[in-house]
Amino acid sequence: MFSYEFMQKSFIMGIMIALIAPTIGYFLVLRRQSIVGDALSHVALSGVAFGMITNFYPVYTAMVFSIIAALGIEGLRKKFENYAELSLAIILSAGIGLASVLISLGNTQGILSYLFGSLALITDQDILLVIMLGIIIFLTVILFYKSLFYMTFDEESATLAGIPTRPINLFFSILVALTIAISMRIVGILLVSSLMILPVAASLLIANSFKAGIIYSNIFGLISVIVGLTISFYLDLAPGGTIVLSALIILVIIILLQYFRSKITKPA
Amino acid sequence: MDKAIVKLENVSFSYGKNKVLEDVNFSIEEGDFVGIIGANGSAKTTLLKLMVGLLEPDKGAVYLMGKAIKDFKDYKSIGYISQNVRHFNPMFPATVKEVVGANLNTSRNFFERSRKKEEEKIYKALEIVEMGQFMDKKIGKLSGGQKQRVFIARALINKPKILFMDEPLVGVDLNSQDKFYSLMEKLNKEYNITLVMVSHDIGVITEKVNRILCLSRGRVYDHKPDQTICFDMLKEVFGNKMNILIHRH
Ligand SMILES: Nc1ncnc2c1ncn2[C@@H]1O[C@H](COP(=O)(O)OP(=O)(O)OP(=O)(O)O)[C@@H](O)[C@H]1O
Ligand SMILES: [Mg+2]
Repeated sequence: MFSYEFMQKSFIMGIMIALIAPTIGYFLVLRRQSIVGDALSHVALSGVAFGMITNFYPVYTAMVFSIIAALGIEGLRKKFENYAELSLAIILSAGIGLASVLISLGNTQGILSYLFGSLALITDQDILLVIMLGIIIFLTVILFYKSLFYMTFDEESATLAGIPTRPINLFFSILVALTIAISMRIVGILLVSSLMILPVAASLLIANSFKAGIIYSNIFGLISVIVGLTISFYLDLAPGGTIVLSALIILVIIILLQYFRSKITKPA
Repeated sequence: MDKAIVKLENVSFSYGKNKVLEDVNFSIEEGDFVGIIGANGSAKTTLLKLMVGLLEPDKGAVYLMGKAIKDFKDYKSIGYISQNVRHFNPMFPATVKEVVGANLNTSRNFFERSRKKEEEKIYKALEIVEMGQFMDKKIGKLSGGQKQRVFIARALINKPKILFMDEPLVGVDLNSQDKFYSLMEKLNKEYNITLVMVSHDIGVITEKVNRILCLSRGRVYDHKPDQTICFDMLKEVFGNKMNILIHRH
């Protein structure tokens, strides 16, 4: 399998994404913002279409589009505190509407590989991007770990404790947008948010502490990507789909294990 | 400078066009135990948020420990327990230790192990509220009253000078309520912490505090708890709205 150069590249890229996406997803889920991934990926799609029409590298245009949308969402979040889902739905609709118009405008045959992900098209540029983003995200999470925890658990008290929540939130929004634009290369736009959420869902079922939760999310993400890529290579299936289904199977296994354990420990 | 630890001067506040506080003046002295009462929607929470700086007044000024609230940076000296602090998702993966420790050294990174000294600090704060043995429990698995105590411990860990609590007794049973008030007395007398709490249980709180602030129609009335003058107000709080208040303040 690794004698193929594109598989080597896929694995480097996949492993980086397996660590990035669930890490970002972990914070999104715990802040009840898991739909942000969906909204931004639809906007990223219009970014891809725009890039194809204008002959810019679609990953870059997707990044720009989703960063703008992410900042928009963050701006609206405070304004419409009680209608947060509404502003997300608006952004999502804007993204998909714009995307379908742009796709119908011009030469966008390549769009399918962005929708479902593709291994054959990964470029060195993509790998460089994903490694840089990975480094930035790991440094951010490691250096600001405690502030991020406090903000995620209780943003109001974090503000009162003197944590600069506004700038951290803005920066975090940009990281979310970049994660989506880069992850779509392998898993595809339609499945990005699943990879951000499924490993986290599995982790939340078993984690007792914040630290354990983030570690489990990454482990489950890694297993999903490694298993998914391997299966997709040997059975010639779409990589994004096999990765996401692997993540789903992990989740189901954990749910079943918990179910049976509670059956055993609880006397009838 | 006077001994006022909190001071409001001609404070007005509105949400959009909805004016909820008008021309509020009062001060809280060091060592006070202040109860804030008022009907639902009488802006008790808003008042508390103005005092800690989470909201800015439209008009007037708020001073904390002699400093204008905008210049106030001594975050460790205030504790604030919000009304909805216990409403987090019970699945949230966090231990009691992580939650209480969040208020310590917020710059700590992922790999730095919490040192012995810190664990001791966390344990000590939890011991004050008699929750020491729950250090490693997942916070979502505690009862409402236990969570309450954990959040008090989180506020206490920095040895604050003043503690603001928004309806800490909602959903707390009578027995725990007694324990809560003896804890408050300990904090007030032994640890010299000025206490400001919002409560609905007027009968009990008037016995425990040394000052009462009544909120009604955007105004704040300052009373000694033994003064009967407050009781008209309490009637209204209890829902007897037909009784129009005519007494002067
Ligand atoms: N974020 C907000 N946006 C707009 N209006 C608000 C907001 N928060 C509160 N209000 C309004 O301000 C008034 C005071 O609200 P506040 O929460 O301060 O009351 P409260 O005395 O704490 O009530 P409760 O006893 O229910 O906690 C209410 O009429 C409420 O509708
Ligand atoms: Mg309130």
